[in-house]
Amino acid sequence: MEYEVIIGIEVHAELSTKTKIYCGCSTEFGGDPNTHCCPVCTGMPGALPVLNEKVVEYAVRAGLATNSTISRNCKQDRKNYFYPDLPSGYQISQFDLPLCSDGKLDITVDGVTKDIGITRIHIENDAGKLIHDVYTGGTLVDLNRAGVPLIEIVSEPDIRSADEAVAYVERLKGILEYIGVSDCKMQEGSLRADVNLSIRPVGQEKFGTRTETKNLNSFRSIARAINFEIERQKEILESGGVVYQETRRWDDEKGEGYAMRAKEEANDYRYFPEPDLMPIRLSEEYIQSIKETLPELPEVRYKRYVEELGLPEYDAGIITSSKLLSDYFEVAANECKNAKAVSNWIMTDIIRVAKELGVEYDELPVSAIQLAHLIALIDNGTISGKIAKEVFADMVETSNDPEKIVEEKGLLQISDEGAIKEVVDKVIAANPQSIADYKAGKDKALGFLVGQCMKEMKGKGNPQILNKLILEELSK
Amino acid sequence: MKNICEYTAHEIHEKYISKELKVVDVVKAFFNKIKTDDEKIKAYITLCEEEALKDAELIQAKIDNGEEIGPLAGIPIAIKDNMCTKGVKTTCASKMLENFIPPYDATVITRLKEAGAIIVGKTNMDEFAMGGSTEHSAFFKTHNPINLNKVPGGSSGGSAAAVAGDLAPISLGSDTGGSIRQPAAFCGIVGLKPTYGLISRYGLVAFASSFDQIGPFAKDIEDTANLLNVIAGYDEMDSTSAKLEKIDYTKSLINDVKGLKIGVPKEFMGDGVNDEVKAAVKNAVEKFKALGAEVSECSLPATDYALPTYYIVACAEASSNLARFDGIRYGYRTSNYESLDDIYKNSRSEGFGEEVKRRIILGTYVLSSGYYDAYYKKAQRVRTLVKEGYEKVFENYDLILTPTAPSVAFDVGSKVNDPLEMYMADLMTVSINLAGVPAISIPCGKDKEGMPIGLQLISKHFNESTLLQAAYTFEKNMEV
Amino acid sequence: MAISSEEVKHIAALSMLNLSEEEINKYTNNLQEIVEFANKINELNTDGVGESTVATNAFNVFRKDEPRNSLDRELLLSNAPTSNGEAYSLPSMRN
Repeated sequence: MEYEVIIGIEVHAELSTKTKIYCGCSTEFGGDPNTHCCPVCTGMPGALPVLNEKVVEYAVRAGLATNSTISRNCKQDRKNYFYPDLPSGYQISQFDLPLCSDGKLDITVDGVTKDIGITRIHIENDAGKLIHDVYTGGTLVDLNRAGVPLIEIVSEPDIRSADEAVAYVERLKGILEYIGVSDCKMQEGSLRADVNLSIRPVGQEKFGTRTETKNLNSFRSIARAINFEIERQKEILESGGVVYQETRRWDDEKGEGYAMRAKEEANDYRYFPEPDLMPIRLSEEYIQSIKETLPELPEVRYKRYVEELGLPEYDAGIITSSKLLSDYFEVAANECKNAKAVSNWIMTDIIRVAKELGVEYDELPVSAIQLAHLIALIDNGTISGKIAKEVFADMVETSNDPEKIVEEKGLLQISDEGAIKEVVDKVIAANPQSIADYKAGKDKALGFLVGQCMKEMKGKGNPQILNKLILEELSK
Repeated sequence: MKNICEYTAHEIHEKYISKELKVVDVVKAFFNKIKTDDEKIKAYITLCEEEALKDAELIQAKIDNGEEIGPLAGIPIAIKDNMCTKGVKTTCASKMLENFIPPYDATVITRLKEAGAIIVGKTNMDEFAMGGSTEHSAFFKTHNPINLNKVPGGSSGGSAAAVAGDLAPISLGSDTGGSIRQPAAFCGIVGLKPTYGLISRYGLVAFASSFDQIGPFAKDIEDTANLLNVIAGYDEMDSTSAKLEKIDYTKSLINDVKGLKIGVPKEFMGDGVNDEVKAAVKNAVEKFKALGAEVSECSLPATDYALPTYYIVACAEASSNLARFDGIRYGYRTSNYESLDDIYKNSRSEGFGEEVKRRIILGTYVLSSGYYDAYYKKAQRVRTLVKEGYEKVFENYDLILTPTAPSVAFDVGSKVNDPLEMYMADLMTVSINLAGVPAISIPCGKDKEGMPIGLQLISKHFNESTLLQAAYTFEKNMEV
Repeated sequence: MAISSEEVKHIAALSMLNLSEEEINKYTNNLQEIVEFANKINELNTDGVGESTVATNAFNVFRKDEPRNSLDRELLLSNAPTSNGEAYSLPSMRN
């Protein structure tokens, strides 16, 4: 049977404010456990929350960048549940009046563009972290992350495949990075996705039962978890079984999802308006002022790259899909004034290196300026493209400047005709058979001779001059 | 001549200025009094003698240096044990927090310390401020200093008894549904519940966030005004704290109520009110008239609904506020567990007392799926009606006058097994918390057994000044 | 409307309370009595009446995104029933 897949995604993005949502503790990632904590974010008796104004601003930015309606009147609510990473026994979130609603984003998959609706965006606080204690087998609680501001972005069930899901999250990530509200570092957990998924036979109107796979923190795991869940639900339905509404986890190592232990009690979050916090009322002027500060969005950059810089659409698409990568491109292209070369390096080497090292584009061993200088060395004939690849590999290893590597390793290109002529003469003298072959019309012999000369010069010969001199010699 | 411990705070202050008294001697006198009398009254859970004597030396040094001191400098004060005091146990009279030592000071504590007040100790209360008799403390019951067989009222019974029993000249309580005013009435002292938002709640262990308010207990209005001056005012740590210009409440110490319009709501003088209480209140009405106030009957029609509304909303908030007590980061942890669920459930079940659990259950029930609209949401609407009722009366009146409690202090143990009857004792006070307006309880007489009767005056939001002026005038002209 | 002991058990579980049979009976009776009393508010017509969810009329109470000192960790953890000096700790358990 043919099935239609129905997917809705909830994305949690940590906002890049300096301080937590309800207190002045730092949001910095990676501090020693429980060092970014105070009475407020650890839920001490008597402590009270006060809302960080930047959180509202960032959420409004996110709303505006996703074409959402910004609520003029909203409030915060308590979501009550018990878990050791939740210090006060409730999360402060928004229930019936979110800050933003009714937005949309377009995605393009296989050349087809479609809109994905955004139901709502609301603000809430993140929970702490539970760590397995290897010494005791128990659990350790680190509350550094507790109280870090989050926005939850809930999509409509408009997504139909893993590819669309990835495209949607990529698009969203790109936007959040561009408008500077979240660093979206997925491996640090600052962007995570929950996937709601159901399937139904094509043509059936009634939705199937949906499951929710929580906390996916890479594009790869989003895609794999979705495909796994589609197959799982298919198998259940085909064998006449029933899909249960449940919360699931994804084990990326094993490549499989599993249901979380069913809670004895059905969730009843007992939402009610947070009495410790006052309502939020946003004026037209305020919203307008935020609108005016929104930076260039990825689609605008994309257009500029294609139309003004002449980048291939595919390359422009890849580069603008990440704000960090696009910023890298901007800096490098601006420095060396060779946008196309920068784009080529990014498409072939930069993306690969980032993947291999598992780092973000602002953490690469080769800075955008260094890449630009490397390109300039090629453009002014100091080194050949081939040598440049070697220099690049060295830069990845050492983070040294290209000029330094070229100088220290003596990789300067040899363009001195006299020096090249010497090598050419030597090679021609040593290979009479190749000359005969060439003269008999075998063009391949030319390549062989050039190769031999390059080998002699350890690849540093200027290829144009070398070619010219060999041809001169052969035509004698 | 009066014993040191019988003085009001302003009398002590005057004797510091005139060098008749030394701070250390005053502090010592109170601790001596506590040592002899608190065995019977049992107002205090924790005493801070060492620290207090140290502080006393510091203030005395200032006085000896000729520095100007504020009215609370060197004045001993007792603090209800639900306000966080850095380094000093803050138990909320609960097994749950029996060993909890806060790492920070509540804003009111910071302000008191800045004003030079000397914290004598932390006072007993109904566990987590839930109750009206201070019989629901996990540790011991507090007795009424006027008659030790009677309750001091609650939940701030320890703070009220401390002042009434001369174990501190002034104290702080907290009032969620009457927890300052009712014990003030029962113990025959002054107790003020300020407007919601006038005093920072930061560091006050929450019972019901939208009602809780810290306020002073004192022997007279002048001390009340001085204490209010120190603790009132905007605090950026509390989102519900009002950003208003600072008022000097001692400016309200004016002996004049001429032309003041006072309403007496008929709903507060009905069958539920004890005859002797009614008589004392009527007597007070006559006094106000004689002093030139215009007193007439008014109506607060939603009054009958205030009590159930209060219990629904307060318990709902409490059920959530008390969720943080889970035995993980602080507080009591059970030794009886095999699973995480056990840690939660057994710690909470063993750490909370019966009344606290009863209110958590009620609060969880009214917020749970299927009941939210019928109870919580409905109650929030009724709350609006109660508020509007007050607003309407205040269009025509400056003050509202009622009894503080329907009866005088009752016998220890007489109501403890009937939660609903215990809740009824809050009949006259809870609607004020629903509306968020300020109210004061002042002594207005005694019953034939000599138990004090309290008179409650209520005013508009942030109009403590009128309240204090009327109370001051009454105090100056009425021999209780 | 009668409140069943099953309902009280469910509410107790939501509240993370472990109640004995005796307590369940007691709280079922209490809850029954209090809820009957609370039902009084349903006599009142509140059509078109707004909800007073916060106690004052204030709105937009914000703080600036400015760092404040965090607590010293030793002090933070000083009240924990158990900790390893860096984090709150929970013992090893079956779930």
